[in-house]
Amino acid sequence: MSMSDTQQLMRPGNSPAAFSAGGRQKETWGEWFDKRSGTVFIAPAVILVLVFAIFPTIASLVIAVSRVKLTNDGFAFRFVWFKNFSKQFFGNDQIHLLGRFNEMSLIGIATSLAVCAWAIWWLISSARRGSSIIGLVGRIITAFVIVGIVLMVSGTAFSGNPWGTLGTTLFYVFVGCGLQFAIGLGLALLCSQQIRGKNFFRVVFFIPLMITPLGVGYAFRMIADVTKGPFAPVWAWFGLGNFAWSADPWAARLFVIIGDSWQWIPFIFIVMLAALENVPRDHVEAAQVDGASSWQIFREITWPQIIPVAATVVLIRAIEAFKIVDLPNIMTSGGPGIATESMTLQAVFAWRSNDFGQSAAVAYMLLFVTVVICSSFFNLVVLRHLKKG
Amino acid sequence: MNKIAKILCATAMLTGYSAGTSFSQDKMFEGVTVNLMTRPGDVIARRLKERGDEFTAATGAKIVVNEVPFAELFQKIQTDWATGTNSVDIGVFASGWAVELDAAGLLEDLTPYVAADKAINMDDVAPYFREINQKIGGKTKLITIDGDFQMVYYRTDILAAAGLQAPRTWAEYLSNAKAINGKDMNGDGVPDYGSCAFKKRNAQSYFAVSTVAAGAVQSKGTAEGLFFDLETMKPKINNEAWKAAFELYKATGEFGPAEELNQDIGDTRGLVKAGRCGQVIDWGDIGPLSIEADATAIKDKMYAVANPGWTSVLDNATGKMVACDATTCPNAIDGINYAPFGAFGGWAGAINTKSDQKVKDAAYAFLSYMNQAAQSNVDVTIGYTGYNAYRNSQLDDTSLWVKAGFSEDAAKNYLGAIKASLNNPNMASDFRIPGAQQYSGVVLDTELARYLAGEITVDEALANIEAGWEEITEDFGREKQLELYRLSLGATNK
Repeated sequence: MSMSDTQQLMRPGNSPAAFSAGGRQKETWGEWFDKRSGTVFIAPAVILVLVFAIFPTIASLVIAVSRVKLTNDGFAFRFVWFKNFSKQFFGNDQIHLLGRFNEMSLIGIATSLAVCAWAIWWLISSARRGSSIIGLVGRIITAFVIVGIVLMVSGTAFSGNPWGTLGTTLFYVFVGCGLQFAIGLGLALLCSQQIRGKNFFRVVFFIPLMITPLGVGYAFRMIADVTKGPFAPVWAWFGLGNFAWSADPWAARLFVIIGDSWQWIPFIFIVMLAALENVPRDHVEAAQVDGASSWQIFREITWPQIIPVAATVVLIRAIEAFKIVDLPNIMTSGGPGIATESMTLQAVFAWRSNDFGQSAAVAYMLLFVTVVICSSFFNLVVLRHLKKG
Repeated sequence: MNKIAKILCATAMLTGYSAGTSFSQDKMFEGVTVNLMTRPGDVIARRLKERGDEFTAATGAKIVVNEVPFAELFQKIQTDWATGTNSVDIGVFASGWAVELDAAGLLEDLTPYVAADKAINMDDVAPYFREINQKIGGKTKLITIDGDFQMVYYRTDILAAAGLQAPRTWAEYLSNAKAINGKDMNGDGVPDYGSCAFKKRNAQSYFAVSTVAAGAVQSKGTAEGLFFDLETMKPKINNEAWKAAFELYKATGEFGPAEELNQDIGDTRGLVKAGRCGQVIDWGDIGPLSIEADATAIKDKMYAVANPGWTSVLDNATGKMVACDATTCPNAIDGINYAPFGAFGGWAGAINTKSDQKVKDAAYAFLSYMNQAAQSNVDVTIGYTGYNAYRNSQLDDTSLWVKAGFSEDAAKNYLGAIKASLNNPNMASDFRIPGAQQYSGVVLDTELARYLAGEITVDEALANIEAGWEEITEDFGREKQLELYRLSLGATNK
């Protein structure tokens, strides 16, 4: 045995067994580990994902296509195919998820036709531009969902009929997130200026985000109480003593959005503030020297630079908003009627009554709508803009 | 034998304890922990904790009261027991929910425990609670700690000033509400309400509308049933009687608080205690609440009547309402058909059959302790407990109530209304079949809420409920449901 062989043996991770009798070097522990280090390091994360994400997803899918009963021995499953899904669209629960469809108004018909025409044109033009098969399939799904949502809105809100939980959820997402982004960005713009006490305002604006949504719900329910709340005298002074926000569908939805906005504007604010503070000062100062107005500076310099962050924060917020449950549950219990009930709350109510199959089915439909809308927003709006940039 | 001996010893000790005597025996259940689950807050849970501490001091068994939101209570207990988690030994919930748990074999049969228990004195428990509420298939599966009937309360001073009488029918309830609505009932200069009837979704509104409907739907006696046809298990909901009840219940909102659609029982009781309600639909709790320190506005002024009735009732064959006569309303009084509704059935305790035997022994001893007259005759007179009278000794003896703070007249009126409910041969029973929570707390509640909010018409609401109930019945099995429904009404109780 040469000196070098001896040194090889002394290295950590090697063992004498690494040498075969014939002198051919076998794989050492160290080499074995090196070759598989990627697998070894990633394994815990993969196992965790499998256990905590994939397995529950598959289990919930099984539940979604079953009727589940609790027995003395645990759960009893009865396979019902897609009955839990189909009854949301065609059965007794259609009115709950989608709303009531009576006659469609002229505005509803016109809107539906216009959107259907747009969807067809968009798909044809995408095909002519040579989109990939996957891209085309994605666009077909997007068009299908958009047309479906527009038909639903046209048949309910545009025609004077009550919405279902899908419409209410979309209302929270689009109106709520839009409002929150506008105010959050506005506050961030204010706090990015050289004003006195801006650090104080940053802290104050950030506090609501740290409060539990249940607390926010109870607080807003008490604040908005028209008989015992702190604003009851003000409410009465305006002659609204006999008007209860909780008994009016639109007012109730609005109050839920106000509570939700109070909590989530700080999230938009803090992220957008960070983005604004990363806009190079010299660009802004150069524009100021050139005599650009504040609006021109915002539109031409600031906004293009914060768009990626803005798109990301809107996407994250929208995904959260699709899952809204605490506020409508606490403030109104989904009422009046089901006016403030989101799809998540519908799933929670079904789960509470041990209707696990329906609960899972509603949750999967929410997942589908969320994924389609959010991925469409990302692919068709954000990525397109970034590519242009 | 060992079990019976333990229970006898424990009850003997507890009887001694409640009488204020000292103990010489070892603590029978030292080291045993009993986990109990019920609704949160002062109502129901607080007294269980207070009595639990006494029980611990007397027997050594630790009573841990876990509180979960009312809407999740049944689901949590059922899941815990069915999946074998078994973190709960006693569930305190609506007696009507127990049938579904029992059908899954999750409830301990308490019949031998009761038979061996000399301290509980079941003969003193009113027959409705003893024979119907506590028993399933002739076996005792629950121990009552609260007796529930919904009644109507009215302000004697306000109605008298307006020259009105206590409402005998729901039409009179509505006309009274209209007449007194807007009057200042507590002297604060603010107009108050002719009617307070909680209407919040996912709360208690489905009980209230059933109370209104009972006298219009059921006229032939308790065994007729309020919700289903006894031959086919078809829902008895999409008809003129329920329609009239839905419409009347909604109409009460015209004379109630503006935000009534978002008010549950807690909100309504706050208004009652503040003297803001001329009439109210509620359980027996209003009586004891009216003598609390913060209810001076209504002390000895809030009188009760058993559920008001109807002068016309449902003809099951046609689904139409027909005028009361000797044939259509055999139980009518002065042409009015009354059907007091045993809404919720009362809070009762059931024991997990999979718990350890010594835990089950301690659990039963605790439930027995709660039920025994020495404790319950005090508890039912206290407003915050949420416990209402269910023993004859509580219903017959006004001195208990006078001692608690009632006037003699108010006590007689209050107990008289409960006894009138219990003794009525046409008393209407709440759901006591598997799926009870789904039939009422989900389908009925949701469609009622949508109707009250103006989202759907009453016809749509009733049609939706009919379809929803049919779906649940099919899911559990029509024949089995029919058998259990008949059993719950005493129609085939062998």
